Amino acid sequence: MTFPCGSWYAPAVATVVSPPQTKASRHTALVRVTHWLTFVAFMALLITGAEIVISHPRFYWGETGNVNMHPLFTIPIPASRDTVPTGYGYVMPDQNGWSRYLHFQSAWLLVLTGAVYLIAGLWTGHFRRNLWPNAGQRNLRAYTSRMGAYLRRAPPDASEVHSYNALQKAAYLSVIFVLVPLVIWTGLALSPAFNSAFPWGVNLLGGRQSARTLHFFVSAALVLFLVVHVVMVAMNGFRNRMRGMITGRVTSREEQP
Amino acid sequence: MSQMSRRRLITTGLAAVAGASGLAVAARVARRYGLVPPDHGGLYGPGETLTYAAQRLLTTHSLAREFPRSMISKAPFANEADPPTDEFKRHQASGFREWRLVVDGMVDHPLSLSVSDIRSMAFLNQITEVVCEEGWSYVAEWIGTPLSEVLNEAGLHPQVRYIVYRSMEKMGWWESIDMADALHPQTFLTWGMNDGDLPVGFGGPLRLRVPRQLGYKSLKYIVHLTATDSMKGFGKGLGSASPESGYAWYAGI
Repeated sequence: MTFPCGSWYAPAVATVVSPPQTKASRHTALVRVTHWLTFVAFMALLITGAEIVISHPRFYWGETGNVNMHPLFTIPIPASRDTVPTGYGYVMPDQNGWSRYLHFQSAWLLVLTGAVYLIAGLWTGHFRRNLWPNAGQRNLRAYTSRMGAYLRRAPPDASEVHSYNALQKAAYLSVIFVLVPLVIWTGLALSPAFNSAFPWGVNLLGGRQSARTLHFFVSAALVLFLVVHVVMVAMNGFRNRMRGMITGRVTSREEQP
Repeated sequence: MSQMSRRRLITTGLAAVAGASGLAVAARVARRYGLVPPDHGGLYGPGETLTYAAQRLLTTHSLAREFPRSMISKAPFANEADPPTDEFKRHQASGFREWRLVVDGMVDHPLSLSVSDIRSMAFLNQITEVVCEEGWSYVAEWIGTPLSEVLNEAGLHPQVRYIVYRSMEKMGWWESIDMADALHPQTFLTWGMNDGDLPVGFGGPLRLRVPRQLGYKSLKYIVHLTATDSMKGFGKGLGSASPESGYAWYAGI
């Protein structure tokens, strides 16, 4: 039994009881556990990745690149190596040792969590049921009308407490099946030992420095997703959605933003 | 207790026992087959062990990418080195004629080789990339004697698991590699670069090139090789000076 928001039903006697709510199941344990493990891994990868970039904040295209060569672009920050000409005259402390250890350990956490999520998601029908666009979402209008609603900052549909709209599905599917696989591939292409066993991995990306530059851009795209994701959660009932991703249950009555 | 929850309890219990014993067996097997790196302890030990074990299963015999001559970098970067010691300056002044490479440890015939002794052994060339952990790289032709040639000449004891190598830089900076990399055909005691002698900036007179690992494993100014079956007794026992200053021992990533 559910009570739609803005219900026509009004009690004959005024009461102090808060409006009735039901707690509906929103996310399975699998989704919740893998979501937070991925969050931990991603934050560690992001922080340590930034630390590693600081040791050489220059990016190149092709196979090779070093301070004697023209960069594709540079990030205008001081470096943690005095061999990099940044123009700052200031050298940041070297944090690469632990950053590299933690980067690769977190990458393992991401890959193993992702593997569990992928296999279980296919097995249980999670992708088909929750993330694949349903019949009404497989047209351009589903995307444009929802984008219009976002831009008008219209409150979400009641159905959106329990399922994703077309744009959400597109965002989640691109992260799961495009961006994360790409960030893993471009990262592996930076491993000299892995490249010795699978040289096509780096050659297809156009060389080592291209792989490093692409790794940076794909990571930036993932950060952009993270920011939009958190802003959306915050704007559409932060407590309820956090409760949903932690306990698995949401109230069907939307919180007012 | 209902039927369902009892069944669930039993399966969960069985899964936990299976998981724990599976991990214990995996640890034993990993140790047995040399899949555990010397710096496997500590907070980052699990990730490091997973990486090293996966690499050893995938890459033991694989060859680092080699490039056509046209891809040799016009502007390689030597990286900075510590200011040379007085001893190094003396060697440099005499054209490195007195430079010796000592080979000892678990070998039948300990050696003391000059650079020209090494140059008179079998030599090969390779055009491979130097890859720094910081992110930069360059391609060069490296001419040298495969490390395996020198080790064969010394006669390794069968139980040897690591080759420890020392540099004259940084008050004796040292590293070590396992036998998969030590006996690898592209691991060179390098004395030539791009058709000339190996310049001092790039590690001359003698640099150990380990092209399947990051640049910091390719030590410059090599003076000493030691064959050993255990890293205990070498520094803090973590495999090299790198983990002692916070960097991973295995740098194949």
